[in-house]
Amino acid sequence: MSRKKDNYENSRWHKFQCWLKGEVDPLSAEGVETVVPDLLSAKSQTEASKGQPEGAAQEAAKFEEKKPADILQKKEEAQENCQKEEVQENCQKEEVQENRQKEKAQENRQKEKEERGIRIYRKFYQIMSVILCMGIILVLLWTIAYLPIFGNAGNPDNNEVSARYIEQGLKETGAVNIVTGMILDYRAFDTFGESCVLFIASCCVLVLLRMDRPGEDEADSSDSDRIYEPKNDIILQKCACVLVPVILVFGIYIILNGHLSPGGGFSGGAVLGSGLILYLNAFGFAKTERFFNARVYRCITVSALTFYCLAKSYSFFTGANHLESGIPLGTPGSIISSGLILPLNICVGFVVACTMYAFYTLFRKGGI
Amino acid sequence: MAAHLFYNIEETVAVILFGIGFTMLLLHRNLIKKIMGMNIMDTAVYLFLAAKGYIRGRMVPIVVDGITDAEAYINPVPSGLVLTGIVVSVSTTALMLALTIRLYERYHSLDLDQILMQAKKEEPS
Amino acid sequence: MSLVQNFPFFSIIIAMFSGILSSVLNSRQARNVSLAAILITTAMSWSVFQYCLGTGGSYTYMMGHFPAPWGNEIRAGVLEGLTALLFGIVMLLSVTGGMKHIFQDVEESKVNLFFIMIDLMLSSLLALIYTNDLFTAYVFVEINTIAGCGLIMIRQKGRSFGAAIRYMIMSQLGSGLFLIGLTLLYDVTGHLLMSPAKEAVRAIEAAGSYEIPVLVILAVISVGLAIKSGLYPFHSWIPDTYGYATPTASAILSGLVSKGYIFLLIKIFYRVLGQENVIASRIVNVLFLFGLAGMIMGSVHAILEWDTRRMIAYSSVAQIGYIYMGIGLGTQAGMVAAIFHMFTHSATKALLFISAVGLYEVSGGKKDFVSLRGAGNRNPLAGVGFTVGALSMVGFPMLSGFISKLLFATSALQSPHKMMLTIIGLAVSTILNAVYFLRLVITLYARPKRKGSTGEMNEKKGDIREADKTENRNAAETLPGKQHISWVLGTAICGFILLNLFLGMMSQPVVQAIANGLAMFD
Repeated sequence: MSRKKDNYENSRWHKFQCWLKGEVDPLSAEGVETVVPDLLSAKSQTEASKGQPEGAAQEAAKFEEKKPADILQKKEEAQENCQKEEVQENCQKEEVQENRQKEKAQENRQKEKEERGIRIYRKFYQIMSVILCMGIILVLLWTIAYLPIFGNAGNPDNNEVSARYIEQGLKETGAVNIVTGMILDYRAFDTFGESCVLFIASCCVLVLLRMDRPGEDEADSSDSDRIYEPKNDIILQKCACVLVPVILVFGIYIILNGHLSPGGGFSGGAVLGSGLILYLNAFGFAKTERFFNARVYRCITVSALTFYCLAKSYSFFTGANHLESGIPLGTPGSIISSGLILPLNICVGFVVACTMYAFYTLFRKGGI
Repeated sequence: MAAHLFYNIEETVAVILFGIGFTMLLLHRNLIKKIMGMNIMDTAVYLFLAAKGYIRGRMVPIVVDGITDAEAYINPVPSGLVLTGIVVSVSTTALMLALTIRLYERYHSLDLDQILMQAKKEEPS
Repeated sequence: MSLVQNFPFFSIIIAMFSGILSSVLNSRQARNVSLAAILITTAMSWSVFQYCLGTGGSYTYMMGHFPAPWGNEIRAGVLEGLTALLFGIVMLLSVTGGMKHIFQDVEESKVNLFFIMIDLMLSSLLALIYTNDLFTAYVFVEINTIAGCGLIMIRQKGRSFGAAIRYMIMSQLGSGLFLIGLTLLYDVTGHLLMSPAKEAVRAIEAAGSYEIPVLVILAVISVGLAIKSGLYPFHSWIPDTYGYATPTASAILSGLVSKGYIFLLIKIFYRVLGQENVIASRIVNVLFLFGLAGMIMGSVHAILEWDTRRMIAYSSVAQIGYIYMGIGLGTQAGMVAAIFHMFTHSATKALLFISAVGLYEVSGGKKDFVSLRGAGNRNPLAGVGFTVGALSMVGFPMLSGFISKLLFATSALQSPHKMMLTIIGLAVSTILNAVYFLRLVITLYARPKRKGSTGEMNEKKGDIREADKTENRNAAETLPGKQHISWVLGTAICGFILLNLFLGMMSQPVVQAIANGLAMFD
């Protein structure tokens, strides 16, 4: 939940040691929930300056959320009481907070009543969900009992379509990797759609997570754990120094050899993106932003997608109008071969790498 | 029928996973678990597709030594479809996780019912 | 190959390219690019429609250098051209009508992202209309879903996030079912393109093998697309989604997105699984019953709804029910009626959402009945637009809703088993429609309440509304009696009214074209 990794009291190691000393029992609910009071008190301290009712409501909500949804009522009550006691113990020092705890306890009791009302509904809901799950599984099992046998060469899907991809693929597309030839030449429209899915998803995530108005957005409040600059961890940095170049070179290799060996734009792009993410984690945003910021991201994505769009439009247009495309296929097996597939793979690789990196930074700090 | 299901063990597993994922996505109250259910459902479909592409005793569809005989390689179509499907799944997962983050920041809860109730209370109409 | 035949492909690519381009433009430029793209694609759809009418046939267009079972393909015919044309017009009018609110509801720095979503939505709708390949359809269904989600949550309010996540969850359920249906279909036929897949299904039919898988495929694909288009038992996401998005998004989502899925379903029925199989499998009866239930229950929910925007959204549930009922009749005439109602609904519902915006503007942004009293006098054009839309939904002669109801009734006469149910359903639903729409229209032209005078409606609601009332009165006093209406909104509403009148008065050629197009599907 939190990314404050240096919080020793909450670390698993500490909990483990507590358990070894017999202070807590990890199997009981309280043991698992030891985190709650610490977090809550830390949270409420930061919130003490802000409006009190809001903080209380937040805590109550947080508290509610901690409960597992599906355990029995008694267990829940016991756990809740324990949690309450613990919370109260922790907060005894500060009177203001104690008042709030009482309020919260009342709120909780009220909520409990409400929950009791809908608990029967929940039970019914669970039974229904099991029945639904079983129903879907049974219908589909019933279906696949009549489907062709696994691994049989005579199945209907091993027909002239796949035969031509295999037999003529090398000649018609120039790609040694038949799957790459298929998705980037025979069925290229699907793949273009797929790149656009990535593009639109990154746009949606931009809308959701990019923080353009600092201060106004509640996401920007001080308790948000979104903005977190990694510390200078020497082990991580040294490892990254070794690993990042290797990862990047490997990613580039996968992209460039997409038409010759397993791989291609999507997998290579994902590798490149993960290399960038590792670099970011080791050296922080300030260093990464020197060569990769929102402007660079936009330029790369737009130019790659534009090239993809134009190249494929040309190829579709000539194909549909029975014109020669005039793009040489080269000798199969060499790196510069198979016409448009190599540049398209590079474009896809750039788009995927940028998108992966953008997803990470957006989730992490709300901006690229 | 049971024997057939056993021979098609990959499909059987895939279908069971699909059912579990579908139900989780539909009925679980926790948003993160809903997203997990969605991923299980999608992955089950890819398992199904990958199993459909496989042919016993044949190789990966990458031309080796210039052999271009349909008898030598497995069906390349499902592999391509899985590749496309994975990218779609990644995109939707990212989008739903981003939505979940925003909802969590606002309502401090991952329980969808509670979020909707709270939203109703805060912004009537 | 003549140039016109390239237009379906051009329109998809232009819409998509404008979306890609918009990510480096500022908001004004993005808006202009988006409007230009919509205009161009609409013009292209018009010429495709004319071309197909002229040649009297359909054609397939290779996407690449490889013919049918190997490469991707798109297909254009009369019905595709007509649908694309209508979708383009509705999209253009919705975007222009809600323009002011786009710039109000969306953060300034994110407006260009909104237009990216509009562009990609347009291109995915066009691709869903024109596609001749099942997997392409799946990919573009996903683009459509994500763009739709973006349109909902771009308003960045708590409730629109809630609506967006519900929309996403239901859409993903639908997508999952659709995808597994496609996978099973690929398994038994070995084809992903529609025409060879249909031949394979025919061969399976003749051989008598795989009967049960084909039945399950049919069921799974129908249910998946029905969830995505919001058929009655799966409608729970609709009111939130349409009620809390920005007006343009509501108009587009209710008017176009759900229709895109229905069009795809019809296309799969006709071009892959075969309409005879669909009718023989009795799945149409299920769709028919759900459609009927949707017609009644959607209207009942709408009557109980106090927020007018959500009321219009619930009315969408009822209208989707009409469309599925038409499909469920299982006759050619029923299908024609369903498609005509699809057009009617996209024209009318978008008009209702857009003109309702004009009414809220003059009522202090409130959406309940009490605040809207007399709004029709304060903003005459929006009032007229809303009235026309409401009358069309109820089935007033000369408007498009009348024709579609007439078509449903006449097509019901041809299927003896379902005749009574259909006629009764139509009658009940029309009465319920009239109740909630006319109640609102009368409210729009009622005199605003003075203090002390209590009407029927307020008495019923009692004291709870008292606070609202006084607040509303204050709002009404602060607002000028007649507000200046922006010419953009005015043009959009006029365009929608004209479109409705056109569909109502000149329905014969449209119905003829739909029938021709359906015949070309086989």
